[in-house]
Amino acid sequence: MQHSARYVILFALAVCGVCSIFVASSAVLLKDRQERNKALDIQKKVLAVAGLMTPNEHIAGDEVRRRFEKNVQPEVIDLASGERVDDVDPAGFDPRSESKGEETSRPVAPNAAKVLRVPKRALIYRVVRDGRLRSTILPVEGKGLWSTLYGFLALNPDGRTIEGLTFYQHGETPGLGGEVDNPRWKALWKGRKAFDDRWQPAIVVKKGQAGPPDVDPYAVDGLSGATITSRGVTNLLAFWLGDDGFGPYLARLRNERGI
Amino acid sequence: MSVQREALLDPLLDNNPIGLQVLGICSALAVTTKLSTALVMSAAVIAVTALSNLAVSSIRNYVPPSIRIIVQLTIIASLVIITDQVLKAYVYEISKQLSVFVGLIITNCIVMGRAEAYAMQNPPRLSLIDGIGNGLGYALVLMLVAFFRELFGSGKLFGVTILQPVNEGGWYVPNGLMVLAPAAFFLIGCFIWVVRSYKPEQVEEDFRVGALFEPGHEVDLR
Repeated sequence: MQHSARYVILFALAVCGVCSIFVASSAVLLKDRQERNKALDIQKKVLAVAGLMTPNEHIAGDEVRRRFEKNVQPEVIDLASGERVDDVDPAGFDPRSESKGEETSRPVAPNAAKVLRVPKRALIYRVVRDGRLRSTILPVEGKGLWSTLYGFLALNPDGRTIEGLTFYQHGETPGLGGEVDNPRWKALWKGRKAFDDRWQPAIVVKKGQAGPPDVDPYAVDGLSGATITSRGVTNLLAFWLGDDGFGPYLARLRNERGI
Repeated sequence: MSVQREALLDPLLDNNPIGLQVLGICSALAVTTKLSTALVMSAAVIAVTALSNLAVSSIRNYVPPSIRIIVQLTIIASLVIITDQVLKAYVYEISKQLSVFVGLIITNCIVMGRAEAYAMQNPPRLSLIDGIGNGLGYALVLMLVAFFRELFGSGKLFGVTILQPVNEGGWYVPNGLMVLAPAAFFLIGCFIWVVRSYKPEQVEEDFRVGALFEPGHEVDLR
């Protein structure tokens, strides 16, 4: 069957038209739900790292939101000065686009965590219960073996003790580097010290086993078969606890609390 | 009825897209470390193959042959994007683990293969059934591979611990190979072996290394 050029072009246009209507409407109709899922996922990870839900607990969306709103205060800070930024609404703050934008981020010197740019402003979370600060939750990211690991580090108000570490997005090998998600490994972080006596970032993921926190405060067991992921975790923590990361904010926090 | 039955059941064992046609291997390696991801991926592929077959078949008499491949691709691509959107909205956790592989259904040769080889020649109803059948054939292999990989690689089935691994205080030493991509190759190889021992007619006749270059099998290599 021979078709005229006109027919072919019109047919192609019609197919494209119909397909784009389907694609566009699915994207528009499902957008709300997707955004809610994304926000809920972040809230869940924040609750988990803050110890406000247990690793294997399955709780419904409403309960996640309730616990989050009750205990967690999001806050936007200026990374370089460590000051709180009051004129930005944390609810509408998008950390990803912030760290990508030319205007809203700046390049940093080459570093082991392979972070190229840091945002000027960052979203952190403060866990407050009964009017007292229980922990500060900082977003961290850096390269592992295959992928960039995105996670949260929870620090005790003493500014030194780690409350928890969890990653909410990564593409490491399941069973090897992917063991960063293993609840047993994550439990090893609680009670370790992020900084040494001179307030230098000191925490490392070491090769082999680390002792209990009071004997071996600056080390966590390495992940067997995942040397590069383990090293990546060490590097990304060193970066984000350092001067280009949350160093200034944490220093200000210590001053405020008289530590 | 028998034609429809055949369209549905034939791709499961007799004409399995992975086992016999050896298509769609890439995603079969990537998403089978866990049963839950394999299940969602299977559902996504069944949906895409079925609907693309249906859509392609219903316009098959109007498609100008000169642009038929690109028309099929447009339809498949749209379906894949919609599937991805639905997964993100309803099974967010798992869609996060599947990451790019849902988008890569587009490159899965099973989908285009069925659209071009079957849906272009057959009526919509039959094509839909053929799409479901081929999707199921793919799903069958995926679930089998994922079953062995999750059980022996992490001692679990659907995330429920069956063999308590050593690093969680149990006795089972997980087989590290199982969580890596080559394990899926070995398992698919075993699957093909078992099926072909049981159904010897699936063995390609001249499949020996160098068979093409032996006398009596002259090939024009120009």
